[in-house]
Amino acid sequence: MKLTLKVWRQTSAKSRGKLVEYAAPDVSPDMSFLEMLDVVNEGLIAKGEEPIAFDHDCREGICGACSLMIDGEAHGPENLTTTCQLHMRKFNDGDTITIEPFRARAFPVIKDLVVDRAPFDRIIAAGGYVSVSTGSAPDGNAIPIPKDDAETAMDAAQCIGCGACVAACKNASAALFVSAKIAHLATLPQGRVEREARALSMLAQADHEGFGGCTNTNACEAACPKGISVSFIAQANREYLRAVVKKA
Amino acid sequence: MKLDAKIPSGPLASKWVRHRSEVKLVNPANKRKLSVIVVGTGLAGASAAASLAELGFAVKAFCFQDSPRRAHSIAAQGGINAAKNYQNDGDSVHRLFYDTIKGGDFRSREANVHRLAEVSGAIIDQCVAQGVPFARDYGGFLANRSFGGAQVSRTFYARGQTGQQLLLGAYQALERMIAAGSVQMFSRHEMLELVVVNGHCKGIIARDLVTGALERHAADAVVLGTGGYANVFFLSTNAKASNVTAIWRAHKKGAAFANPCYTQIHPTCIPVAGEHQSKLTLMSESLRNDGRVWVPKNAEDRTKAPRQIAESDRDYYLERKYPSYGNLAPRDIASRGAKQVCDEGRGVGPGGLGVYLDFANAISRLGEATIKERYGNLFEMYERITGEDAYKVPMRIFPAVHYTMGGLWVDYNLMSSIEGLHVIGEANFSDHGANRLGASALMQGLADGYFVLPYTIGAYLAGSKAPRPDVTHPAFAEAEAAARAQLDRLLAIRGKRTVLSYHRELGKILWNECGMARNKAGLEKALRAIPPLRAEFWENLNVLGSGAELNQSLEYAGRVADFMEFAELLCQDALHREESCGGHFREEHQTEDGEATRDDERFAYVAAWEYGGPGKSTLHKEPLVYEEVKMATRSYK
Ligand SMILES: Cc1cc2nc3c(=O)[nH]c(=O)nc-3n(C[C@H](O)[C@H](O)[C@H](O)COP(=O)(O)OP(=O)(O)OC[C@H]3O[C@@H](n4cnc5c(N)ncnc54)[C@H](O)[C@@H]3O)c2cc1C
Ligand code: FES
Repeated sequence: MKLTLKVWRQTSAKSRGKLVEYAAPDVSPDMSFLEMLDVVNEGLIAKGEEPIAFDHDCREGICGACSLMIDGEAHGPENLTTTCQLHMRKFNDGDTITIEPFRARAFPVIKDLVVDRAPFDRIIAAGGYVSVSTGSAPDGNAIPIPKDDAETAMDAAQCIGCGACVAACKNASAALFVSAKIAHLATLPQGRVEREARALSMLAQADHEGFGGCTNTNACEAACPKGISVSFIAQANREYLRAVVKKA
Repeated sequence: MKLDAKIPSGPLASKWVRHRSEVKLVNPANKRKLSVIVVGTGLAGASAAASLAELGFAVKAFCFQDSPRRAHSIAAQGGINAAKNYQNDGDSVHRLFYDTIKGGDFRSREANVHRLAEVSGAIIDQCVAQGVPFARDYGGFLANRSFGGAQVSRTFYARGQTGQQLLLGAYQALERMIAAGSVQMFSRHEMLELVVVNGHCKGIIARDLVTGALERHAADAVVLGTGGYANVFFLSTNAKASNVTAIWRAHKKGAAFANPCYTQIHPTCIPVAGEHQSKLTLMSESLRNDGRVWVPKNAEDRTKAPRQIAESDRDYYLERKYPSYGNLAPRDIASRGAKQVCDEGRGVGPGGLGVYLDFANAISRLGEATIKERYGNLFEMYERITGEDAYKVPMRIFPAVHYTMGGLWVDYNLMSSIEGLHVIGEANFSDHGANRLGASALMQGLADGYFVLPYTIGAYLAGSKAPRPDVTHPAFAEAEAAARAQLDRLLAIRGKRTVLSYHRELGKILWNECGMARNKAGLEKALRAIPPLRAEFWENLNVLGSGAELNQSLEYAGRVADFMEFAELLCQDALHREESCGGHFREEHQTEDGEATRDDERFAYVAAWEYGGPGKSTLHKEPLVYEEVKMATRSYK
């Protein structure tokens, strides 16, 4: 396949970026999207041009490192698929593909396609955990948990923290990311002890980081490579109200 | 170099309990004043950093990803073992201990493995309390599945994402301590040098990967939880950035490297599609429960469509060679079987490096719906990567490097041969001998981080009189200068070839000569090929850009430079170990029907190498003394 790429190039956080066109003349349909970029980069280096920087690590769809807007869609055209799992057979010979970073005020570009997603870590640090120090846990079977609850918690806990939900949202809201963690922990007895404090502080931190508000467009769910449901946003809203009422 | 494993005396089953109650404690008032650097925040590092911070130590933690949540541990699928005996099927600490020793082909330390089995149960308790959503049965209790190498059901799991959920648990514990101000987290930072002062490890030099700045960090002790080195083979199931740098540079500063040749190859991975291939994807071994492995009997048939090949022209070679285990033969046997038929020219798919895993029989017997229910997500993943529908055509699979049992040598307290330097998780050599059982790496990483190191590091911290130096100490200046010199040198070459091309070439040498099966001639060939390749790397490498910015090629170049040196030690170790054991198969040492033959007379020891320059390492032996278990031959016939 012969493709044309329009790639966002930006040398540093402070500089201005622009789209630069590259030819990708020799793409095999069996390549993953990132392998295609590897090949393009090898060609750039050979010509003495700096390779395109992008985040990636596991290339299995689980670490959440990869993060591209491909033709305006977070992680590209295939549903339930991260960029690293997207394969070139989803494209056609002659296509022009535009590749940009995940954009959000809270995710500043570091270089080219690499953005800073540290705000997600700080949101977790604000309360996305159970306060249990090593050694103080009771036996694993001491508290039975209904199978359905365990499954629901797992549905929410699957989030890979990639930020596609933010990138896809016109308000750059982190609602799906934050809610998935609030819902995961509030669904389990272990997490209920701190549920009010957690909901308040995680949501406050998200505001503080500069993520926008949720206006229920559901674009996040559509973009999420793990298919995390917007019903968790509703659940987190209930958690929040409950916390506010209790505090009042 | 003196290697003292410091194994406590007394009966095996009470060593740990006694040691734990006798190990020196740090005065609580002093803990705040003592600082610990933890490099790596995978399962081992994150659990250690969080636990040490909870105890009151001042912790600095480092990882090269943009977040600790992205460590390679996230990718583990299958599960984590623990001797809970929740299934009432006769499991016990002793049984888990024995299975692990036997699985490791009698090349691990009894006392360490017993301790691992002892603390395994507490790991599950801890993770459940953190909110890890393990699979449960209808009564609401924890579910288990069976895994290779065990006759009991002791593997806990969270769908196919066990590593992810365990890592998120440890990551959240870590974030809690970061919020409390007890851990300072340095993401997008890479440790480049260890700082050793008067024989004691007292700090690191780290590079801020965003600004390129080199930073000096001092501490009272250093912990490495930097993962395994499978990527020395270029293609492996590991995350792309997993590397040997931290432990290799520690090795060059005096830490002994143990058993580098013990590498594990997983039989069911998606084969290489072409030269562009950047990594390999593991497919759960559970597929072998219903899939039948075969290749054409005749090499001429290998390009035919599989359904066009008559039943009588197929060779179901595992069923043929291992009638009782069949397609469920252990990992190493299944892997070597695939290599053999491909070597004979009967492999299928691109390059002839693949074998069929065929579900046609199972589908006609059980129906497509049942197969979908059992393996639906795996079939989807396979289709996403290969574009093929495995309900209609057989899957193609091939073995891939997956895990490394070798690592830095540590004593019972998980301290390396450098005072104060501790090593945990896949980065050390300690518990899996020559072969790791499925679901035991997650167990070991978390055992080390939650329940072993937090106690044993006290033995060093409470007993050591070596003070924490200031970062103005000459040892810091020297280490920083060395790191800078290497970066500058890499940037100054401006030759013709990319890092990737060298990494790929090195990987091919290792995979061909030091992969699934090894022999003297091949290993000697590799040992002749590596030094000139390394020399060329240093003369003809092309790394663009500068060191004062995010420069992914430069990071990669540093890692491959270390692989280039380490590869030689790996082959040297494989050459010296003239026996077959676990993941190390020497063709010269096999029975007539191809079974591995161990040599306990000559090789029942840990091979710990002392650095003396590339290719000039000195071998030290730590004899393996078995008090409880009798060494026996593994048999799968
Ligand atoms: C596909 C796959 C599936 C697996 N499935 C299972 C399973 O089901 N059960 C099981 O028990 N095991 C499994 N394993 C093995 C297991 O996942 C690993 O052995 C284990 O997770 C390693 O954990 P770790 O903490 O030692 O290292 P890692 O998770 O590799 O973490 C290494 C850390 O070190 C950091 N680091 C490394 N070098 C540096 C440096 N120089 N400077 C700064 N930071 C550095 C990294 O950033 C990272 O944080 C699987 C492995 C693979 C590849
Ligand atoms: S690289 Fe890990 S999810 Fe894509």
